[in-house]
Amino acid sequence: MGGWWQRALPAGVGMTRAGLLASGFRRHKLRLVLTGLSIVVAFLLFSYLVAIRKAFEMGVDVAGADRMMVRHSVSIIQSLPASYEAEIERVPGVVDATPLSWFGGIYQDPKNFIAQFPVKPEEYLAMYPEFKLPADQKAAWLRTRTGAIAGRTIATKYGWKVGDRIPIQATVWRPKGGGTTWDFDLVGIYDGKEKETDTTQFLFRQDFFEENKSFGQGRIGWYAIRIKDPSRAADVAKAIDEHFVNSPSATKTETEGAMAQGFANQVGNIGLIIVAILTAVFFIIMVVVGNTMAQSVRERTQEIGVLKALGFSNGGVLALVLGESLLLAGIAGGIGLLMGYGLVSRGDPTNGFLPIFFFPPKDLILGAALIVALGLLTGLLPALQAMRLRTVDALRRG
Amino acid sequence: MFRWLSQIGTLTTFNLRTLPQRPGSVAASLVGMAGVVAVLVGVLSIQQGFAKTLEATGSPDTAFVLRGGADGEMMSIVTRDDARLIGEAPGIAKGTVEGAATPLVSPELFVVIGLPKKTTGTDANVPLRGVVPAAFGVHDRVKIVEGRNFAWGRNEVIVGRAAQGQFRGLEVGKTLNLGQNQWQIVGAFTADGGLSESEIWTDAAVLQPAYRRGTTYQSVKVKLASVGSFQPFKDALTRNPQLDVKVQRETEFYAGQSRGMTRLIMSLGVIIGVLMGLGAVFGALITMYTAVATRTREIATLRALGFGRVPVLLSVVGESLAIAALGGALGALGAYLAFDGFETATINWQSFSQVAFAFRVGPALLALGVLYALALGLVGGLFPAIRAARLPVATALRE
Repeated sequence: MGGWWQRALPAGVGMTRAGLLASGFRRHKLRLVLTGLSIVVAFLLFSYLVAIRKAFEMGVDVAGADRMMVRHSVSIIQSLPASYEAEIERVPGVVDATPLSWFGGIYQDPKNFIAQFPVKPEEYLAMYPEFKLPADQKAAWLRTRTGAIAGRTIATKYGWKVGDRIPIQATVWRPKGGGTTWDFDLVGIYDGKEKETDTTQFLFRQDFFEENKSFGQGRIGWYAIRIKDPSRAADVAKAIDEHFVNSPSATKTETEGAMAQGFANQVGNIGLIIVAILTAVFFIIMVVVGNTMAQSVRERTQEIGVLKALGFSNGGVLALVLGESLLLAGIAGGIGLLMGYGLVSRGDPTNGFLPIFFFPPKDLILGAALIVALGLLTGLLPALQAMRLRTVDALRRG
Repeated sequence: MFRWLSQIGTLTTFNLRTLPQRPGSVAASLVGMAGVVAVLVGVLSIQQGFAKTLEATGSPDTAFVLRGGADGEMMSIVTRDDARLIGEAPGIAKGTVEGAATPLVSPELFVVIGLPKKTTGTDANVPLRGVVPAAFGVHDRVKIVEGRNFAWGRNEVIVGRAAQGQFRGLEVGKTLNLGQNQWQIVGAFTADGGLSESEIWTDAAVLQPAYRRGTTYQSVKVKLASVGSFQPFKDALTRNPQLDVKVQRETEFYAGQSRGMTRLIMSLGVIIGVLMGLGAVFGALITMYTAVATRTREIATLRALGFGRVPVLLSVVGESLAIAALGGALGALGAYLAFDGFETATINWQSFSQVAFAFRVGPALLALGVLYALALGLVGGLFPAIRAARLPVATALRE
C-alpha cells in the first residue's frame, strides 16, 4: 500500500505513517477480503440481472419502427391466403409485404429449440436489413431451391458449416413425397448488425416449401410489411384490416414493437418477478456490504485521532478514508463486473430458451456508476465523522 | 462425553446470550440469510406451481395419443379414421355417456384464440378445445360450476375458471366474437386445478368447420380399463401399420410439457441460489469472525477454566447455525406469505398457448430453504470456530 496513499498525506509525511495506517488494515485483512468477495458476488448477480431483463424484453426496444405484422384476426396460428400479399401491397402507405410461416420442425432432438421460417429470400433480407448475409451466400441461396441460411448463434451451437446438409424432422408440415424429413442445404450463415439482432433463426425458401408441403397450399402464416411513414402506422393498420374485414380471413395488423410487446406480455410477469427479486437481492447485498465497510472505518476512529494529532489535515483524512472505500469498491466491483460480463457472454444458461442473452453495454456504465456510488456512500458518512472529530475526543475513544 | 455435551450446551447458550450485544452484524447476517432463502424459495415456487398445475391434469390411467413425431397437440394431426382405429384397440374403459354405454375415447381439436389479458390488455393465446361427448367421461374431473354445459351442435362454449381470472370478456352470458363466428358463453367449469381450467371448450363438430379443419382432430385421449392396460393398448397401436402415432400416458405427456418452464426456472434459480449463497456465506463469515474476535478474552477465560477445544468449536458453529436457522425460517416464511397462491399466466411454448397457474410454496420447498440456510451457516461458522478453538490461552488472556 503506497503510491496514492502518500499523495493524500500532508507534505513531509513519509512511509512510516502510511505504514501505520496500513497496519491497521492488516488487522482486518480477512474482513477486507470477505467484504471484497461479497462485492464481487453482488456485481456478478448484477450482470445476470441486466442480461435476464434484456432477454425478457424480447426485443421490444429493437423492433423496426417502420415494420408491421399482418396476422389472422383470431390468432397467429391461423393461416392467411398467399394472395393477400399483392392486396396488402396495394394499400396506400405500404412499401412491401413478405410472407412468413411457422415451420416448427425438430433438429435431432425436440429439446433443440430452433425458430424455422419459410421465406422469400430477397424480400425477407430487404425487410430485415439487420440480418447481414455475404453477397455470394445470398446469390447461392437464390440459386438453390433447397437452400437455407442460419443465424451465427445456432450455426456455432450445432457446428453447422456452409455446404452442410441439414435434416429437419417435420411435425405439422410433412413433405408431399412421404416420410417426415426435410433436407436443406446450408448455403449461408448470417450475422446480426446489432447485438440485439436475433441470430437464432433458420430460414429456407417459401417456393420450395409451397411446392413440397403435403397440404395447406396457397396459404401462409402471416405477413411482415414495411410502411413508408412510421407515424402513420395506425392508419395503415386500419386500412389493411378494413380491407379484409368481410373476407373469410379477417386480419389484425400491428407494429412489430406491439407484437413483440404482446409476446413479452404472453410470457407474463414471470420475467418481471425474477428481475424484481434480483434487484432486491442486489440492494440487500449492497446494504449489508456497505454496513460492514462503514463499520470498519468507524472502528479506526482512534487511529484517525492519532493521525490528526500528528498533523494530518481534515481534507487529508477525508481523502484517505474515501479513497480506501472507493478502492475496495472499485477493485472488487470491477472484478465482479468483468467476471459477470465474461460469464454472461458465454451465452444463455437455459440452452436456447432466451434467444437474446447478452450484457447490454449501457448497463456496464450503470454498473460502473453503482460501484462508484457504493464506494462514495460507504466511505462518505464515516469519513465526514472522522474529519469533524476533535482530535482529543478521537483519542479518548476506542 | 457427557461433560462435552454439557459444556457445548453451556457455551452455546452463553454465546446466544451475547447476540443482543452486537445487533448490527447479527442483523446483517440474519437479513442476508433470510434474503437468500426468500429468493431461492420464491423463484422455485414459480416452477413448483407450474408443474403442479400440469401434474393435476394428467392421470396415469389415461392415454394421450398424438401423431408420430409431434411434441404437442399444436403440431399433431389425427384424422377421423385414425381416431376410429384408436378406439378399436384393446384395454379401453367403457362408460356411460349421455345415457349410452360407449368406449371412453375422446378425439379433440386444439386451437388458440387471441383474447386480451386482464393485466396488460394485450392479446394472449388462449386454448380453445373442441370435444365430443365422450370427453366428459375421459376427463372426469371437469365439473360445471356455473351455468350449464354447451349444447351439442351449437355455437356455445364453456370456460375454465382460471381462464376467467386471467382474460377479459369470459363471464358467463357474454358473447365471444371470433372472426366470423359468435360464441355464446353458457357456463364455467373447474378441473381440480388442472390445465383444462385455462381452456375454453366447445363441440368439436362446430369448431372443425369454423377453423377449416375438415374432419381432423389433433389428439385422442383414452380412458384405460386400468393403469396396467396401458402397455397392451400402446402395443396394439404401434403395431398397427395403418397408424403412425405416438402413445404416452397423460402423466408422462404433461411432465414433458413442463420441461421448458422447468429448465428455464431451474437454470436461473441455480445461478441465483449459488451466487446468493456465496454472498450469504461471506456475510456469515464476517459476522462470526467478528464475534470470535470481540470475545477473544472471554473464550480464553473459558478455556482457562477448563472448557475443551471441541466444545468451544462446536458452540461457535452452533451459534452460526442458530442465526442461519432463524434467518432461513424468516426468509422461507416471507417467501410463503409473498408468493404462495400468487396467480399468474404464462405461455407454454409446447402448446403455444396460455397456462394460468398459481405459485406454490409447499412444505418440501420450505424445508429446502431452511436446509440451504443451515448449510450456509455451517460453512460460515466452521472457520471462525476453528480460529476460536485454536486461540493460545495465555496470549489471548492478555489482550
